[in-house]
Amino acid sequence: MVEEKKWDVIIIGGGPSGYTAALYLSRATLSVLVLAGVKAGGQLMNTTLVENYPGFKNGIMGPDLMLTMEAQAKTFGAEVRYEDVLRVELVGETKRVWVGDKEIEAKAVIISTGASAKMLDLGEEKWMGKGVSTCAVCDAAFFRDKVVAVVGGGDAAMEDALALAKYAGEVYVIHRRDSFKASKIMQERVTANPKIKIIWKSEVVEVKGSEKLEGIIVKNVETGLTTDIVVDGLFLAIGHFPATELFKGQVDLDEKGFLKTGITNGNAKLWLEGYPTMTSVDGVFGCGDVVDFKYKQAITAAGMGCQAALDTEKYLTGKEIILAGSLGGKMKLSDKELRKAREQFSKQWPRKRS
Amino acid sequence: MSVAKFTDQNFNDEVLKADLPVLVDFYADWCGPCRLVSPIVDELANTYEGKIRVGKVDVDTNSKVAGDYGVMSIPTVILFQKGKEVARQVGFGGKDAYIQMIEKIVK
Repeated sequence: MVEEKKWDVIIIGGGPSGYTAALYLSRATLSVLVLAGVKAGGQLMNTTLVENYPGFKNGIMGPDLMLTMEAQAKTFGAEVRYEDVLRVELVGETKRVWVGDKEIEAKAVIISTGASAKMLDLGEEKWMGKGVSTCAVCDAAFFRDKVVAVVGGGDAAMEDALALAKYAGEVYVIHRRDSFKASKIMQERVTANPKIKIIWKSEVVEVKGSEKLEGIIVKNVETGLTTDIVVDGLFLAIGHFPATELFKGQVDLDEKGFLKTGITNGNAKLWLEGYPTMTSVDGVFGCGDVVDFKYKQAITAAGMGCQAALDTEKYLTGKEIILAGSLGGKMKLSDKELRKAREQFSKQWPRKRS
Repeated sequence: MSVAKFTDQNFNDEVLKADLPVLVDFYADWCGPCRLVSPIVDELANTYEGKIRVGKVDVDTNSKVAGDYGVMSIPTVILFQKGKEVARQVGFGGKDAYIQMIEKIVK
């Protein structure tokens, strides 16, 4: 079943980049549908106080920030749905996206699907919500006086360990190297916490349980010695991978699965002309953690969302100009000319299917 | 229809002994994704008025009920019928997931 309304832009993914793009585009009076999915709000929904998002002197709670971004995008008419996209067809003039049994069409698509937590691939998924978690901040309170383990060595692992130490009786941090890559301030907080014990140069090789998680086997990567540890909770903070499964075979990805755009292709000339945030497919743009393998911050994602929105708007206006013909590819249009071009354009792109 | 507040004290009477099926949203104030579930549960209470009851359990203040049903991650939404759990969704599942849980037993 095809939805009647044809959108100017569909944004897939509702994190800082997607909502910022939605804000800019809807404010520019384009029709915008955000398919935010069940992970609406993105990674920040699983955090507490965000102290480094500018504009909030005393910090802001991650979920508050995201629900505010969503509300702000809606203020200008963007529609947000918490539904997952099942399939896409991105090549061609009309972009098609399937959600449930519905097909939805748009003139342009922005991919802002972000990144998902990496798993150990030891079959631990079956105890998700039964002891295994990728969100310590969400689940820490269920482990009052229990024994838990955190896997990882970055800032996320440190934050998890500290969140858990507030409730749990004992917290192990398991890391395969002999030093953390986390920031100094976070490392100091972790090492100073009497409840946290660090197991260096080790990795989890087995996860055990029945109805719920019961323990793990940890192996020292240097000596090969294995140790059984009885734990009630296992928290994974071993990084994220870009959520690009949906787009494989249609849009160029790099070897790690990140979405390639003009920005990550390293084509500096694109900053002067063209659309830096466009992917290998005409009319398909990318922003946020699905593209960014380097900075991965809420503010950089929001910034890139803005870039993608401006590129998308310019791209659609460019199409309007081409279709309107009479204006001869002039890029700087008066409001009146723009309106005229849009009118012409909407004739080519009827809102209602006949 | 209003959404009920279930507690350790009233869970037995209000949920387990209820005539209608009861949809229970386990949440806490500090849980981000729970805030996506909350307005949907409110809406479903209206949609299915007279067919099911809907309520919420704050796991911070009602740890016994949460413990009894092995809730170790929130949001968790459980559907009870005649005192027994008939469906469970751990993590935010989107509106459709909750509708499917309900539609299975409400014809």
